Amino acid sequence: MTLDLSLLPDGGVPWLTASGAHADIVLSSRIRFARNVSGYAFTVRARDGERLRILAQVRETLPRVPSLSRAVVLRLDEMTAIERALLHERHLVSKELAGLEGSNEARSGAAVLVSDDAGVMVNEEDHLRLQVFRSGFDIAGAFQAATRLDREMGAEIPYAFHPEFGFLTSCPTNTGTGMRASVLIHLPGLVLTQEIGKVLQGLQQMGLTYRGLYGEGSEVIGNFFQISNQTTMGRSEEELAEHLSRVVRRVIEQEEEARRVLLRDAGYIIEDKLWRAFGTLRHARSLPADEAMNLLSGVRLAVGLQLMAGLSVYTLNKLLIFSQSAHLSLEAGRALTESEANLARARYVREVFANEAGSAGQ
Amino acid sequence: MLCDQCRERDAVLNLTQIVENAVTQLHLCEKCAAERGIETTVSMPKHPLGEFLQAVQQQALQLPGDAARCAYCGTSLRDFRASGRLGCAQCYGAFEQSLRDLLRRVHGSAKHVGRRYEVANPQLMERDAALSELRDRLQQAIASEEFETAATLRDQIRTLE
Repeated sequence: MTLDLSLLPDGGVPWLTASGAHADIVLSSRIRFARNVSGYAFTVRARDGERLRILAQVRETLPRVPSLSRAVVLRLDEMTAIERALLHERHLVSKELAGLEGSNEARSGAAVLVSDDAGVMVNEEDHLRLQVFRSGFDIAGAFQAATRLDREMGAEIPYAFHPEFGFLTSCPTNTGTGMRASVLIHLPGLVLTQEIGKVLQGLQQMGLTYRGLYGEGSEVIGNFFQISNQTTMGRSEEELAEHLSRVVRRVIEQEEEARRVLLRDAGYIIEDKLWRAFGTLRHARSLPADEAMNLLSGVRLAVGLQLMAGLSVYTLNKLLIFSQSAHLSLEAGRALTESEANLARARYVREVFANEAGSAGQ
Repeated sequence: MLCDQCRERDAVLNLTQIVENAVTQLHLCEKCAAERGIETTVSMPKHPLGEFLQAVQQQALQLPGDAARCAYCGTSLRDFRASGRLGCAQCYGAFEQSLRDLLRRVHGSAKHVGRRYEVANPQLMERDAALSELRDRLQQAIASEEFETAATLRDQIRTLE
């Protein structure tokens, strides 16, 4: 199967539009529910036939699940490694579902359903991972939509539920609500003012945790953090979502304060640093992924501080996702080596800047 | 030095006991020590799951192998220890007490207080699930030419249908 991206409404990433609140700081808000279908062994223990049946069962219910009425079904087990990696780069599937760990194969029945801002990973660590993304800081909106999707799906497919333990998941760290609320947040101000350590420590004391841009096991690059609830039991879904929302609102305020301090105390140094980042992106002939991410972080900060005009956060969001290796490889029609990808990345970034940022400068 | 009790494994523990003013020295292996309820000084991992898994390990050593296995999916506590993942919903029943301890440690609570869930049409859905499980097994039985099993499965499917 060839991945036809034109089938995906908004490329499966409508949150890139940066239309939500605080979109220059919070890239996206996400709610996901981990669910298992009653009567089957969990994914890792399920036989091939059982996983395929679960997928068939989910597809069969789609007409009766309004949240997924426009869903496109993508079979990861029929895709090339590049195509699977591309879906991962768009945050539509986890590394595990994409089969990018170890064996480099997707398990049979591995699929993702994508419909506007809602999606379902099928045969991930749990049978179903229902998720909703929203642009910017909008945990409440994502929560509402995800809850609706969960109820619609739960009315059609029997979930594994235990009166004491709640929704049963393969890993006990998800048991209970099975809910993970998270934001993808850009915190260069706190990093540059060296306040970030304190903030992250504070998160942990408040039952939250942080990771890199691509969640579990990914490292923090470009000052992008994913903040989420650490625990899933002992509190209701609403409480967990509201708690995260409250803490993130505070982190946004701290980031804004840090940015004010930076401008006040080190204005020209910051300005120089950010314009240099812009210059490199605009003219470099070879861009390693990590470097590109860090430079984009700088330009993003410059736009947020209104030091740079003519560049939209939407463009920066697109650059962040679409300049990654699998995207470049798919565009080239073959798997690029690292150095080839660096050249292709620099070319892609230059083109986007030439088209959309002609006016940025001076 | 060999364990004084089983005389099979290496002793890792020196146990000094004083019983009625008589001092005895016992050299025990980890397993025999655990059977006597003595914690060995194996380094404890800091991760909460790691601690739990270690506790499970000690518990598993005290239990006969079969008791620590989920009857439905066959996952053993050993498997769970290795992967950190349970095999099916029934594992929660099979390892209930151990899991309650783990959940309390990981989440600060072992009780779900969020949304309650009821299956929309439980009988029908359970029947469907059971049917697909049986059909799957029937296919396997036919493939491996276990015709007696296949006949039994076919009868079960007919009854349910």
